[in-house]
Amino acid sequence: MSEKRATREALGETLVELVAEGVDVVAVDADLSGSTTTAKLAKAHPDRFFNVGIAEQNMIGTAAGLAVEGKIPFTGSFAVFATGRAYDQVRNTVCYGGLNVKLAPTHAGITVGPDGGSHQMLEDIALMRVLPDMRVLVPADYVAAKAAIRLAAATPGPFYIRLGRAAVPVIYDEEYRFELGAARVLREGVHVTLAACGVMVEQALAAAEELELEGIHAEVLDIATIKPLPAEAIAASARKTGAVVTCEEHSIIGGLGSAVAEALGELAPVPLVRVGVRDVFGTSGEPAELMAHFGLTGADIAAAARELLSRRK
Amino acid sequence: MTHAALVASIAAHAAQMRYDIIEMIAEAGSGHPGGSLSAADIVATLYWGVMRHNPASPDWPERDRFVLSKGHAAPVLYAALAGAGYFGRDHLKTLRKLGSMLQGHPDARKCTGIEVSTGSLGQGLAIANGMALALRMDGNPARVFCLLGDGELQEGEVWEAAMFAPHHGLDHVVAVVDHNGLQIDGACTDVMCLGEVAEKLHAFGWEVRECDGHDVEALLEALSEPPMTEGVPVAIVAYTVKGKGVSFMEGDAGWHGKSPNAEQTATALEELGAVRGQAAGALEAAVGSLLTDESPSEGGS
Repeated sequence: MSEKRATREALGETLVELVAEGVDVVAVDADLSGSTTTAKLAKAHPDRFFNVGIAEQNMIGTAAGLAVEGKIPFTGSFAVFATGRAYDQVRNTVCYGGLNVKLAPTHAGITVGPDGGSHQMLEDIALMRVLPDMRVLVPADYVAAKAAIRLAAATPGPFYIRLGRAAVPVIYDEEYRFELGAARVLREGVHVTLAACGVMVEQALAAAEELELEGIHAEVLDIATIKPLPAEAIAASARKTGAVVTCEEHSIIGGLGSAVAEALGELAPVPLVRVGVRDVFGTSGEPAELMAHFGLTGADIAAAARELLSRRK
Repeated sequence: MTHAALVASIAAHAAQMRYDIIEMIAEAGSGHPGGSLSAADIVATLYWGVMRHNPASPDWPERDRFVLSKGHAAPVLYAALAGAGYFGRDHLKTLRKLGSMLQGHPDARKCTGIEVSTGSLGQGLAIANGMALALRMDGNPARVFCLLGDGELQEGEVWEAAMFAPHHGLDHVVAVVDHNGLQIDGACTDVMCLGEVAEKLHAFGWEVRECDGHDVEALLEALSEPPMTEGVPVAIVAYTVKGKGVSFMEGDAGWHGKSPNAEQTATALEELGAVRGQAAGALEAAVGSLLTDESPSEGGS
């Protein structure tokens, strides 16, 4: 767990690897190739990289055309622009057309940091999740991000892969394989389920450590595929523990918490608390400061679990 | 086929397409006649005079591609595809109905011969550019023709794409603007004036050609000539009349997205039927005794 890498670093590197393996991937970026790391592909294979300039709608449209003709395009940019700015292009051209476009934007969530609320995308999971045919992946670390990119490249149809700016601990090892629609049990427990995605997996694991000291055995699930959601696996854990805390670096409206609540409401209704950003925009600050400010730390998750368990007594 | 016969055959197809457009929209009870009729000569010229394509093999890799960015003009595309033989003409009467492959706007997943789904305005040229990039990477000589409306040019993405094509040297993309001057709320110049379309495209780096969008000879020349300069894409501003061919629809923005009633349909079909008859007669005269054996349904060169 000592090594730290940002999930965004996986993008350029994996694309270069895929080209070497003969996979027909290309990248389309909107003047952020250094930040998104698609510049690595641009350097290694300039013929497979297209810069559209600061024009995210055109980025999605161009990628769509490349997909129509059989290429496997990955688009860069920041999550706030790739989804919000170009939403109609993603909906009507990519998803409605059923095109093989892979959105892999970076800088999602508050861990973007000092750039502030305008750039801290907290609604992207919600926006992407409601689109028919869209698969939504939120990898927890660099290894999972690489695997998610490989899975998307190998699986026809639109994908949204949520990547982050800040370095986060590498949780997984080389054996990790990304499985669409599967939950990963990182820690077994009986008292409460902590269902997390992305950078919040690290925080959920920290919360579980803290709770363990109090004799509360938390089960930690990495929900890296928000859509398709591993609803049965989540329900099975909920039936076992009887209480669920969702953990996301995203608005509590429409994201992982909502998806889990929807699934449990149908399959296994249990008390639930959503840890996430509570219907406000982000603000400038350092990533760690912001995690504390918005109540997204391991301690916050542990507190939410305690509150939930006290409610049950 | 002689040049005169080619022109006559395109005109005959356009006349048939206009008849089909009114018939199918009347049957559907809704749809967009104005912009479909204005584009009929452009689309007919592409499908019967310019594009390399083969209805018997819709996925032929080297076919030229057509992207209908102004997706609400779907009936003009459906009429062309049916006329060319991509699907049976009986499908035309299913336009906009439950279960039909002829959706209100073109759906590539449902209908053969459609390259890409469109309908949300302003997105077609970006898609055409992406297709052109992929074709160039693969050494495929196919061209990509993209038909835009002039009202549609108010969408910002059009100009993002207009910047992109010259920058990336996409000289196998051809943008055609169906410049009929009207949009839903009235004249484009009144709703949101864009200024001179041709000048703007030129300023963005395109080789711009202007022509009468109802003059098949002029369209053939504009669409067939390669770019003057390698790496410079061609844009054609085709001046048209919205509702062209139906007297009471011509130049009336009110016919952008409205179906004619029974009486209006009868009048329209009478007018269009007469033109269709004349066009067929002209074609017969141009082709002469070869007519029966040389049905011009297989596209251009």
